Amino acid sequence: MLSIKNLHAKIEDNQILNGLNLEVKPGEVHAIMGPNGSGKSTLASVLAGREEFEVTDGTVEYLGKDLLELAPEERAREGVFLAFQYPVEIPGVSTINFMKTAVNQVREARGQQPLDAVSFLGLMKEKMKLVEIDQSLLNRSLNEGFSGGEKKRNEIFQMAMLEPKLAILDETDSGLDIDALRIVANGVNKLRDKNKAIIVVTHYQRLLEYIVPDFVHVLYKGKIVKSGTKELALELEAKGYDWIKDEVAVV
Amino acid sequence: MSKDNQVLEEITSKEYEHGWSSNIEMESAPKGLNEDIVRFISAKKNEPEWLLEWRLKAYRQWVNMKEPKWPNVTYPEINYQDVIYYAAPKQKVKPKSLEEVDPELLKTFEKLGISLTEQKRLTGIAVDAVLDSVSVATTFKEKLGELGIIFCSFSEAVLEHPELVKKYLGSVVPMNDNYFAALNSAVFSDGSFCYIPKGVRCPMELSTYFRINAANTGQFERTLIVADEGSYVSYLEGCTAPQRDENQLHAAVVEIYAMKDAQVKYSTVQNWYPGDKNGKGGIYNFVTKRALCAGDHSKVSWTQVETGSAITWKYPSCVLKGDYSSGEFYSVAVTNNYQQADTGTKMIHIGKHTKSRIVSKGISAGHSQNSYRGQVHILKRAEGARNFSQCDSLLMGDKCGAHTFPYIDVENNSAKVEHEATTSKIGEDQIFYCLQRGIDEESAVALIVNGYAKEVLNQLPMEFAVEAQKLLALTLEGSVG
Amino acid sequence: MSAVLETTPLLSDILASVKPEAGLKADALSVLEQLGLPGNKSEEYKFTPITRSLEKNFNFATKNSASELKSIESFAIPGVDAHTLVFVNGGFVEELSRYNQTDLKITPTSGTENGFGTLADFKSDALVAWNTAAWTSGISIEVKANTTVSKPVVLHYIHDTSKGEVKSFTRNIIRLGKSSSLTVIEKQDTIGDQAGFSNIITEGFVEENAALNIFSLQADKGKRFHFGQTSIWQARDSRMNSFTLTLDGKLIRNNLQLILDGEGIESHMDGLYILQGDTLADNHTVVDHRKPNANSNELYKGVIDDNAKGVFNGKIYVRPDAQKTNAFQSNRNILISDKATVNTKPQLEIWADDVKCSHGCTTGQLDEEAMFYLQARGIDKVTARAMMLYAFAGEVLDKINSGPLKNYFDSLISERLHKNF
Repeated sequence: MLSIKNLHAKIEDNQILNGLNLEVKPGEVHAIMGPNGSGKSTLASVLAGREEFEVTDGTVEYLGKDLLELAPEERAREGVFLAFQYPVEIPGVSTINFMKTAVNQVREARGQQPLDAVSFLGLMKEKMKLVEIDQSLLNRSLNEGFSGGEKKRNEIFQMAMLEPKLAILDETDSGLDIDALRIVANGVNKLRDKNKAIIVVTHYQRLLEYIVPDFVHVLYKGKIVKSGTKELALELEAKGYDWIKDEVAVV
Repeated sequence: MSKDNQVLEEITSKEYEHGWSSNIEMESAPKGLNEDIVRFISAKKNEPEWLLEWRLKAYRQWVNMKEPKWPNVTYPEINYQDVIYYAAPKQKVKPKSLEEVDPELLKTFEKLGISLTEQKRLTGIAVDAVLDSVSVATTFKEKLGELGIIFCSFSEAVLEHPELVKKYLGSVVPMNDNYFAALNSAVFSDGSFCYIPKGVRCPMELSTYFRINAANTGQFERTLIVADEGSYVSYLEGCTAPQRDENQLHAAVVEIYAMKDAQVKYSTVQNWYPGDKNGKGGIYNFVTKRALCAGDHSKVSWTQVETGSAITWKYPSCVLKGDYSSGEFYSVAVTNNYQQADTGTKMIHIGKHTKSRIVSKGISAGHSQNSYRGQVHILKRAEGARNFSQCDSLLMGDKCGAHTFPYIDVENNSAKVEHEATTSKIGEDQIFYCLQRGIDEESAVALIVNGYAKEVLNQLPMEFAVEAQKLLALTLEGSVG
Repeated sequence: MSAVLETTPLLSDILASVKPEAGLKADALSVLEQLGLPGNKSEEYKFTPITRSLEKNFNFATKNSASELKSIESFAIPGVDAHTLVFVNGGFVEELSRYNQTDLKITPTSGTENGFGTLADFKSDALVAWNTAAWTSGISIEVKANTTVSKPVVLHYIHDTSKGEVKSFTRNIIRLGKSSSLTVIEKQDTIGDQAGFSNIITEGFVEENAALNIFSLQADKGKRFHFGQTSIWQARDSRMNSFTLTLDGKLIRNNLQLILDGEGIESHMDGLYILQGDTLADNHTVVDHRKPNANSNELYKGVIDDNAKGVFNGKIYVRPDAQKTNAFQSNRNILISDKATVNTKPQLEIWADDVKCSHGCTTGQLDEEAMFYLQARGIDKVTARAMMLYAFAGEVLDKINSGPLKNYFDSLISERLHKNF
């Protein structure tokens, strides 16, 4: 589904990704961990098409297409979803209005009829339950005055609404207390299926107790230096990243 | 070129939609200003002696006044002797009905989307169309007349209702109030007049549409609205001008007089030609707007959407004299390219338990400068007065500026004054968020800007709100991103 | 501070009462000697004459008398099952405390803890210097990574003045490991009718993704003079909630300082003061945004009656690096009597350009029209007033999640508001 080969990317003069390789198949959940500044969020941004990052080398193939050629909104319409680390506030625009615009533009691009108000509301009600989000929150300006936990739940709600094929969760667990974490993880787990792939970028191993990944990758200095299963995450939590750094240095 | 600059480029090259000019035969005064010009204007309008005297008095005061320098705007010295102070479409006889109005004139307004002909009139809105200082036509006059509502051009009011004009002219904005008000008092050529009798709720929106057409001409119109006890009126004002390389001066005065229990809502969508992308040309918009809440429980609400003009200098104000009277000011001011705006309001609380509310939303893009300047003054007698002010500034790009100058003077300690201010930047982050959800850039900009200005746009009457929304999106399209 | 104040009798008593020692305590003592206690010209204590009050009410040459307190039953918070730590007259009383160490570590403060003295800056505030030189007791709380401490920790600061005036100097330190969480409740009480002065400093380190809640209840009906400083450092993705309820006391000064030193932080500072008699309550808060993408939200509300006085000073710093900061602050006051006063000063200093900050402050009277409306519906004046004030206070109270603590705060607030003003 997603095939990243030798990806190099920089922002301004800082080279951040240095030859990253990753293969993701439908139905898989990949966790990407790594110390601060290793390039985790950059990877998420590059996949979603953020302008500030310049891809200097390598390829990203997504469902047989060259992902890097597509504009951000085209990627979204092709089913790439990014749950933001810091969801943006848009005053005066309700989440409902925002989602309605998004869902209908995505549908239009996919050659589907726009949803009428009733069907949209129905869809929304159904998805709201997934993340235990209240409608009054969705009537308010997008993310404005939301707590950290509410913002993150809203991201997963939007993910449910847009039904992506590839979801990238950028530190969706950061800043959540244990109850909020459970709700968010539950929402994500309910959206897992054999046709969808999820890339979970996280700083904290704790999340992986709730969203169990098929693979765990360690990103260090812009490259995946170690891959394994859930046990690798536990090892990282116990030992920190230094042993990885040492290992890399030895190689 | 980064995307930022690219889109900025796109928007800066956006053409002003109403930049065309009409070929209408004009009659104008020679350039320059002196007592003879004042007499000339007065004579052209067949004005009574008292009004000529009033004008001359204003002129004599103006000569001794100095142009204000405190606003946060810069422009080259204006040569007041290089301006034409009177220009009027040549019409052989005063038209008795629309059939007699020069078809070219009607076409001009058609093109602006303001139909003056009976068949196509905007339903529910009575329009007074002003071209280059002179009222061209007023619609729905008879219908309003049945309710005792007077809605006509200012010149007509001077002739038909001299007692009202004499009583209220200058009662809210004295002729020597400020430099531009004095100038206007001396040379105003026309404008709209409106009187709503006691207890009458005006059944439709009243609207003045201003259009500057002639070159080198200043526009000096004057609007006077008198709302008698317990009456209600909603008034709209729109304006456009052709695209010309030289700057043109617009110095208007709007006076609103609200008696006991009267309510006036005044909405403006100002879209004067802002100059080109290098800051050449455009209208200097120096306007004095003030309302006097003379009676108890009276209420005046100003709503403005300011997108045009090279320079805007205006502070729609409320003098809250009656007890329990209230004033509101809702403003969206957008500046782009080299536009400058220094705008805001004054709320003068004199009466007891007077209330005011200020919501100002500034949006600056390009190389523009946008200042909010507002004063809340609670006088000693104004027991229990309340004010709430909210001033938000939105910056797009890093070459523009937003400034806030709130002045709060409280002389009565039972007053409750609240002030909130925010400055934020919209940028790639908000746009990218929308894009990532599959929304295209154009819709994203419209969504964000209208969301930001929503609180103000909600105050506008329906028809205007739609127009204003389009205008905002158009002015700023692509400048975020 | 350039001018060295002349040494007042109070200051010499204080200096003499603290035995000179080496290390931090000695350093702090010399700073105190140099700074002197804040006079009425001091900007930070402009509206709070703490030095004058101490001069008038205390003799620092005397020592605290002993207490025979046997039970703290009457001071417990109903329905709250907690680790209870009790200080009487400034000393930690093991016998009265009830706690276990299953999911946290509680030890007496040693002064050698990592980070001790680094957050509460004794060089610029004499009261902080005083505490740093003179503290006698305190507790250190440590929570390991990924641990959610199930029960709150309640700190009882009790003054037993039945045998004479009391001065207490307490020093706490809290350290939360990565992704852990803890709730702390502080409560002040006095036995006897003599004066007591407490000077309590708490420093807290909240590591990545951890959450700390601190509730402070200041409803001491005794003659409590209090200086408190809570200084919290926060790492990325951490949360901090503080809630301060002030109802009683002679003079209460709270310094609350948050250092937001990472991205993705969320901080809430809420306060409610409902004052009567001659209580003076002064809340000085500082939020220091040092890194991008953090949010802080502050709401302090006050109802002030009789000769009482409220002071609020809220500083928000947004450092050049702290782009995309959201910082909100609001202080609203209602004055009930003519003699009640409030001094409020928001202070925003912003060096970053892409931020959203707002502040608002109001001082007003009860809305007479609304009062009349309620009375016109047959509600008596006392009830009408209580209803309106309760609604006013409710906005802050609602920041607390429901539970026994909220019920307790609610009952205290209702009781206070239902009196005949």
